[in-house]
Amino acid sequence: MSEYTLRIRRFDPESGGAAYWDERSLEMGDKRSVLDAILELKDTQDGSIGIRCSCQQGICGSCGVRINGKPGLACNTHLDAAAARAHNGDENVITVEPMGNIPVIRDLIVDMDAVHWKKIRRVTPWLINKEPIPDREYIVPHDNMVDITQPMACIQCGACVSDCLSMEVDPGFIGPAALAKAYRFVGDPRDAEHLERLKDLSEDEHGLYDCTHCFNCVDACPKDVAPMNQIMRLRRIAGDDYHINDRNNGNRHEEAFVTLVRDYGLLHEAELLPRSYGGNSWFGKFHPDAGKELLTSLGTVIKAVLRGKISPKIAIFGHKLPSEDMKSLKQIYKVVDGRESRTELNLYITGYEDEDEIPEHAPHADDPTPLVVPDAGAPEAASSAEEPIEPAGESNESETP
Amino acid sequence: MPSHDVLIIGAGLAGQRAALAAAQSGATVGIVSKVHPVRSHSVAAAGGINAALNPEDTWESHAFDTVKGSDYLGDQDAIEIMCRAAPDEILWLEHAGVTFHRDETGHLGTRAFGGASAARTYYVADITGQAILHVLYEQLMKHHEQLDRYEEWFTTDLLQDDNGRCAGAICRNLRDGHLEVFNAKAVILASGGAGQVYEPTTNGLIVTGDGIAQAYRIGARLQDMEMVQYHPTTLAGNGILITEGARGEGAWLLNAKGERFMEKYAPNKLELASRDVVSRAEQTEINEGRGFPDGTVALDITKVPRHRTLEALREIVNIGRDFAGVDITREPIHIKPGDHYIMGGVKTDVHGQTNVAGLYAAGEVACVSVHGGNRLGANSLLDTLIFGRRSGEHAASLANAIPMPSIPPTRVKDTEASIAAIMRRESDGRRIAAIKQELGATMNEYVAVFRDADGLAKAHEIILRLKEEAPNAAIDDRGSVFNQDVIAWIELGYMLDVAETTVAAAEERKESRGAHTRTDFPGRNDGEWLKHIDVSMNGSDAPLVTYSPVTITRWEPEERTY
Repeated sequence: MSEYTLRIRRFDPESGGAAYWDERSLEMGDKRSVLDAILELKDTQDGSIGIRCSCQQGICGSCGVRINGKPGLACNTHLDAAAARAHNGDENVITVEPMGNIPVIRDLIVDMDAVHWKKIRRVTPWLINKEPIPDREYIVPHDNMVDITQPMACIQCGACVSDCLSMEVDPGFIGPAALAKAYRFVGDPRDAEHLERLKDLSEDEHGLYDCTHCFNCVDACPKDVAPMNQIMRLRRIAGDDYHINDRNNGNRHEEAFVTLVRDYGLLHEAELLPRSYGGNSWFGKFHPDAGKELLTSLGTVIKAVLRGKISPKIAIFGHKLPSEDMKSLKQIYKVVDGRESRTELNLYITGYEDEDEIPEHAPHADDPTPLVVPDAGAPEAASSAEEPIEPAGESNESETP
Repeated sequence: MPSHDVLIIGAGLAGQRAALAAAQSGATVGIVSKVHPVRSHSVAAAGGINAALNPEDTWESHAFDTVKGSDYLGDQDAIEIMCRAAPDEILWLEHAGVTFHRDETGHLGTRAFGGASAARTYYVADITGQAILHVLYEQLMKHHEQLDRYEEWFTTDLLQDDNGRCAGAICRNLRDGHLEVFNAKAVILASGGAGQVYEPTTNGLIVTGDGIAQAYRIGARLQDMEMVQYHPTTLAGNGILITEGARGEGAWLLNAKGERFMEKYAPNKLELASRDVVSRAEQTEINEGRGFPDGTVALDITKVPRHRTLEALREIVNIGRDFAGVDITREPIHIKPGDHYIMGGVKTDVHGQTNVAGLYAAGEVACVSVHGGNRLGANSLLDTLIFGRRSGEHAASLANAIPMPSIPPTRVKDTEASIAAIMRRESDGRRIAAIKQELGATMNEYVAVFRDADGLAKAHEIILRLKEEAPNAAIDDRGSVFNQDVIAWIELGYMLDVAETTVAAAEERKESRGAHTRTDFPGRNDGEWLKHIDVSMNGSDAPLVTYSPVTITRWEPEERTY
């Protein structure tokens, strides 16, 4: 048992007053949850503290809040863990605020429908059945279904939306939860419209390429959904498998990025923009689109030079790595490019990242090496992009056993 | 005033399935839920859903297992309907998008479950309820033009017209506190069970028996209310559920001496006997001193290959870590029987109709009765979907045949006035949470795995006292926006009604059957008690207890061993 002080962000829309901090203390076990503490206060001191909650076991997704600055579920955050990340080293002080990026209705209750669910509805969140619908089940590989269990495990709590930096800058961004939901269909071999979905999400300026890889959503997710990973997988399928070159130049930008790192060892910043807009080669900069983009970015470029962020020399010639390092780098590209299919990391399939020794008492612990997930209906070549083929090895058509 | 052919109260699996079925049958549908639909407690169903879909399996085998599991109290006509319809329902779900796990050939895979003579449980890792619930919600979003969703609306009363026909409901919009009358030709209750009557329970805080009490208050008969399931594997302190899927995948139960004690109680099925059998065995071990000091026995999941645990039991890996500090892939976890499910509920026929015209019930709120004295694992999801769908279809066809019933205009004023009165009065009564806590502890002590006349009488007395205290419970919140205090006060009243009827039925049944074990009446007594106990409201007097026959079609009662 320890004494904890909870600082709860309160807001009563009927009072006409601003939001304020409500500070209360209580004694509780260190491994009890932040929700336990809030409910104890509600039960014994003030029944008007507003928080949505139900299951108390991290499955219903109701109690998304921000605890000492980090978004997550109140019900599966231990008090000691929450206190350990207190601001200013305040001992055993736990701040609980409503999630970010979503308007507050009252106290810790936010308007999920106005933001989160609206974005979910944006991604056509239902299966569009591949025809003909079989008499019995669709025959699909086991690994595909385990694979999409990861986005399926999303409990729609909104923690990832809360701290999405891209959404903070662009409230129109479809966002991590909804894009993970989109992968749940794009990764599902039973869905008929992978291409249409990917085109839609790529061409939307608030879509696939609006994510900036900040990892906040991966950290925030209480269910290991890793939304950013799902977004990256959508991009790889859109770009590599379906060859969708979106009007936002998102895919070209990624290709330019990869090529530049391969050729220069590090990112060649000055080349990145012209190649993203003008074409992925040294000649890209002579394309009119590249010129136009360079012109609009001129202010930023000048500022960067003036502040010493880039030197004219590096801008022109790029970075130079020692040849040993370049050799290792080429080797990495060779291995990755040489694979027959992409290896996708999925915790449901590969187990824990920190997989260590096999416990003695486990009779036959299986091999924990990553499995290769068959791409769900991804085309082999550009020519077949209009007609996704079946996953390797199995026919998806009706097949009555 | 919102008006629909069919109004559905509750948006878990039964409610959403009913809504889709009613809409598909051409009815206009409104679905009301006090929480966002995906927060409904169906989300916590872990292990899977039963169906005899494999060519080698038969619906008869599934039905017999269910009848035997029910300790012969289940109605066999209803069980037959459910088990026959199960395979098509699984395929319907699969086509709607549920991501059921596959076997190596790409066909639907199964896992073993308790009380079943074949591996017929279809699953999505150990988040089957969540996966199905979220996919049904996808379908609600898809069919939004035919279905009006009222998310975060709390039902306070069911309404009847002058002839006693159920004509709709009064609901409070939690967002702003205003009351609305919903008029409907048929109302389907799908608001779940009553786990919060017990403390601890595996059930979420929202599971407060609302629908059971609402129906009871307008004259619907309740049935099998004494049959409350204690799940064999729940965490000691907080009652969190460890899925039966763990035992289905091969986990063992061990007492403190390291003995695999199920060998004594169920030599053939061992850990996979029916839940009542396993829970009784565990409680016996604990009571006779072979448990751990914290009043538990151990569940050893390290018997399951680690990779399989991570793939198929991932949720309980998280639960072990977050709520018990145990890595279940490496060490046993301490568990004990805990309140999980109520087999009883609002008595319905096989179409979901109650004895109140126009009122239907489906899912845990209802008692068809397919579970009788004990529900088999993975049969509850099936029950919600089959009888949800059937209720939706039947209600839609009823709505087609009758005019919109009228509602006495003063009813909403009464509810408004009573809520206003609660919020105006002084807050000097006991706290709502204190009353609820006393109720939960009482039920868990006296109306649990083992029961006797003295304990039940004590429980009854306490419940009657709490019923006196509850109306004056303290209210802190005077606001309109998300006033959770007022809701908790109303829910407390619902829970007390459920508790009272449960205890009344438990006192009545003087034998041991299924989940109802009377230490003062050991053994099943088919001669006297092969019948349902029905409970109905009797003004302000004690509940009226009556009987109804059990439907037996082809399986005569026999001795039950596993």
